[in-house]
Amino acid sequence: MSAKTVKDILTSIRKGETKSRDWVQQSLSAIEQVDGELKSFLLVDPETALQAADHIDSGQVSEGGLLRGVPYALKDNIVTKGVRTTAASRILENYIPPYSATTAQKLQAAGGVMVGKTNMDEFAMGSSTETSAFQKTANPYGKEYVPGGSSGGSAAAVAAGLVPFALGSDTGGSIRQPAAFCGCFGLKPTYGRVSRYGLIAFASSLDQIGPFTRTAEDAAIVLNAICGHDPMDSTSARGQGEIDFTEGMDAGVKGMRIGIVRNLPEEGLNPAVKAAVDEAIRTLEQAGAEVVEVELPHMEYAVATYYLIAPAEASSNLARFDGVRYGRRAEASGVIDMFERSRSEGFGMEVKRRIIIGTYALSSGYYDAYYKRAQQMRTLIRQDYDRAFATCDVILMPTTPTTAFKFGEKADNPLQMYLNDIYTIPANLAGLPGASVPCGFADGLPIGLQILAKPFDEKSILRVAHAYEHLRTFAWQRPVLGVAE
Amino acid sequence: MNYETVIGLEVHVELKTASKIFCGCKNDSKSEPNTNVCPVCMGHPGALPVLNQNALELGLRAALALNCKINQHSKFDRKNYFYPDSPKGYQISQFDKPIGEHGYIEIEVGGERKRIGITRLHLEEDAGKSTHAADGSHTLVDFNRTGVPLIEIVSEPDIRSPEEARLYLEALKSIMEYCDVSDCRMEEGSLRCDANISLRPIGSTTFGNKAELKNMNSFRNVQRGLEYEVERQRELYDAGEPVVQETRRFDEATQTTISMRSKEEAHDYRYFPEPDLVDLDIDDAWLEQIRASIPELPAAKRRRYEEDLGLPAYDAGVLTADPKTAAYYEQVLAAGADAKAASNWVMSDILGALNSEGKSFAECPISPDHLAGLISEIASGKISSKQGREVFKAMWETGKSAAAIIKEQGMEQISDVSVLGPILDEVIAKNEKSVADYLGGKDRALAALVGQVMKATKGKANPALVNQLLIEKINALS
Amino acid sequence: MKITEETVSHVARLARLAMPPEDLRQLAPQLSDILEYAEQLQQVNMEGVEPTSHPFQEVNVLREDAVRPSLPRDLALANAPEQEAGQVRVPAVLEGSGGA
Repeated sequence: MSAKTVKDILTSIRKGETKSRDWVQQSLSAIEQVDGELKSFLLVDPETALQAADHIDSGQVSEGGLLRGVPYALKDNIVTKGVRTTAASRILENYIPPYSATTAQKLQAAGGVMVGKTNMDEFAMGSSTETSAFQKTANPYGKEYVPGGSSGGSAAAVAAGLVPFALGSDTGGSIRQPAAFCGCFGLKPTYGRVSRYGLIAFASSLDQIGPFTRTAEDAAIVLNAICGHDPMDSTSARGQGEIDFTEGMDAGVKGMRIGIVRNLPEEGLNPAVKAAVDEAIRTLEQAGAEVVEVELPHMEYAVATYYLIAPAEASSNLARFDGVRYGRRAEASGVIDMFERSRSEGFGMEVKRRIIIGTYALSSGYYDAYYKRAQQMRTLIRQDYDRAFATCDVILMPTTPTTAFKFGEKADNPLQMYLNDIYTIPANLAGLPGASVPCGFADGLPIGLQILAKPFDEKSILRVAHAYEHLRTFAWQRPVLGVAE
Repeated sequence: MNYETVIGLEVHVELKTASKIFCGCKNDSKSEPNTNVCPVCMGHPGALPVLNQNALELGLRAALALNCKINQHSKFDRKNYFYPDSPKGYQISQFDKPIGEHGYIEIEVGGERKRIGITRLHLEEDAGKSTHAADGSHTLVDFNRTGVPLIEIVSEPDIRSPEEARLYLEALKSIMEYCDVSDCRMEEGSLRCDANISLRPIGSTTFGNKAELKNMNSFRNVQRGLEYEVERQRELYDAGEPVVQETRRFDEATQTTISMRSKEEAHDYRYFPEPDLVDLDIDDAWLEQIRASIPELPAAKRRRYEEDLGLPAYDAGVLTADPKTAAYYEQVLAAGADAKAASNWVMSDILGALNSEGKSFAECPISPDHLAGLISEIASGKISSKQGREVFKAMWETGKSAAAIIKEQGMEQISDVSVLGPILDEVIAKNEKSVADYLGGKDRALAALVGQVMKATKGKANPALVNQLLIEKINALS
Repeated sequence: MKITEETVSHVARLARLAMPPEDLRQLAPQLSDILEYAEQLQQVNMEGVEPTSHPFQEVNVLREDAVRPSLPRDLALANAPEQEAGQVRVPAVLEGSGGA
């Protein structure tokens, strides 16, 4: 058994060497073998997946299809018609969506085969997948370590080789951080690049769906299949035209301008992480990239800004979980009592904490001091990046200050947990695309290099990541838990 | 003490779109429960709103027709509150940048024109419909109405009497109908009205504690509820008791208002910009296009009817209240009828017949052309006004033209002197006593003679002509 | 900003969350920490800075007024915890329980 890339699988199927069923069966077997320990999946549906594979193999699906025959997994906050979708919350424990997310529809139309739904922090609120109401997902590089979050299940499943790709969502780093912790490639596209229709909303102005893959090239292939304007999502970008993200990605970094941040906040930055990232920058410089210094003077305010805006939007987005039309309903004699008890029983502590912060920040008398100021700071942070990208093509920095931490290590101190998101949050506030690519190890745990680019310039990110993957071999490392090469 | 009444109205109007405001479900809340619903309007996780262009344009048309200043940069906000028929836990509405502000409506009170200010007009989505079990055991929710496009129109506290409130609502309804923005059927809920009412000593510039009145389902009930409230508050003040600021419900059975005695939890709607929708940027060209789609409004029409057509103010008011009446009237004029004659026929006969049979103009059996024809038959003297009424009745029943009915029934008036002459001579010869009476100064005797002529002609003689000829002939005798 | 248990209790009520006393005790200091951290935004002069509510300034995304198929009723109500006569049934809504 081997952990192949999307590209390998597509090539093999196209050549007629293998069939979709082979890959789907292999993925299901790997899940069977490994996931008892890894616990990255909340739901696996072998029967439906094999049926879909046979359907494709029998030629009943039109030829072509960007992902024809390739198995994949979806984070469990992407709704799938007729397939239980929980966002890892008790409140949606038995929710069967009456419709599918646009991304789920697009992957299906591209010939992909969904094998299951992956674990996550409840409603994507968390950085360790520990807030899932159902199970704790292990880091493939060490059982006692968290996989990161909130898309920890998708990151772990791809890193362990259970599926060649999976989708996650990124609101403040929820794709990039677990990709860094698990040692795989994770891409958060530009806000609006991928439709949010059918993504169970955490913070609407920050959420974006993106792929986890083993390589940058695979991410480009998946992005080709899921991107584009969606008439069902008013915030999805228009006028971007047809793009092939794989095109030009092997052009190398010669002549590219790489921005590094002067006075990057380094509180809590693990020296081994810093060293690995510096080494990666030197490697790219040696390959012909030009390194320039840029300033992001408001970066230090990003965490505070984020932890007002995201909970505020979340407090409103999660109001629909009231026990009326779907989801958990507590026994009660009056409707207010029913609301309060259903929500209290249905939501975990982290979700409640954020609802309370967000409700407070929006409440009468505090709006101007908290929410409005955070939105103004968001403007300043955006302007910082506009200025920085006038002088460079990409900005590099660590994805996270540390490698994966142990279960329970930060569970009692929410603020400390939040401060870990310092490097990933700004991209969400500014709507920028960003990726994490493996760039080394510290004590056996993966380190991620974060690559940011200007809005709608995912191509520059993919080009740098692709070049780096061929200069250093970290992307090809196999974890202890998972399928061997 | 003498008090001044201060009233402000909040009116919700359902817009006449084909689909809902943020999704493609049919805009029809009267279908079988929960048959016009989808993930968006049911508030399913992950579903997102997309704004209906027609809803926006109808809202803008209404705002322009109400003389509002348009916020060309506008946006939507979330109004957060929990209620079983509010599926998302928030209503998509507009907070600090409504599409329209600072408008007004003109009403006529006691022959004087008065302007009632409009504070704001904004777009929002309707909630679902809750039906509470009579025994208070449970509530049933239908989401067909969820997402039906609404405009909320908030007036300034410029209204000074319950009658003015009714006039304001009638004027508002009329304008909305002219613009084809809404049906405004209060009984069916496509127009809903809440009222804030307070009293203050005459001369005072501060406001007294107000009552918010709800549950009034007709214009008449709005007026009655407010009238009751004026008396209630006056009695409290006169007795030296305070008026409690509260929400009260109009009770139709007793024609009174009843305190809702809610433990008024202070509302904190936590408005913030709706992140799932983008901002609106309405440029001048677009706005002009919408402005051009607004027809002549009732106030302008009324003025034109009075000034150009010379109609009395009362006629102009009745004919312009409803755009369908005005359209019908104008078609009668276009077919060549005299303005005042046409006004009389439309106001009393057409409207009367439509009302008594519960018919709309679309179902009116008499076309404007046919009515104009009837008016011209009378004007030309072919039939008398009295005969005109009979012809009208027959037209209503058969849908035929006046000319056809006159012909069928042989109703043409006899105005031919050569035909009438011998008949008159005969009547004069046979009624010597009447002739003598008339000559003796008894004018009434002439009527008897006219009656004889009519009898002899089976009512077809032109009575005015008969009158004139009789006088001539009798005078010639003497 | 010190957040008291009373404040948390009030906010929890706005958010329709029943909060047992032990949760209030745990949350109050955590929220104080977080809001105290957020106080740093107060130190920056933001006079005249426009607030950002969307990352990009798209405008006028509109849909044609066309009716699209709705969900079949059984599917629309399939997840409802309780239904009756094609409607969603909920416990009694008492007068004054909110609404707009």
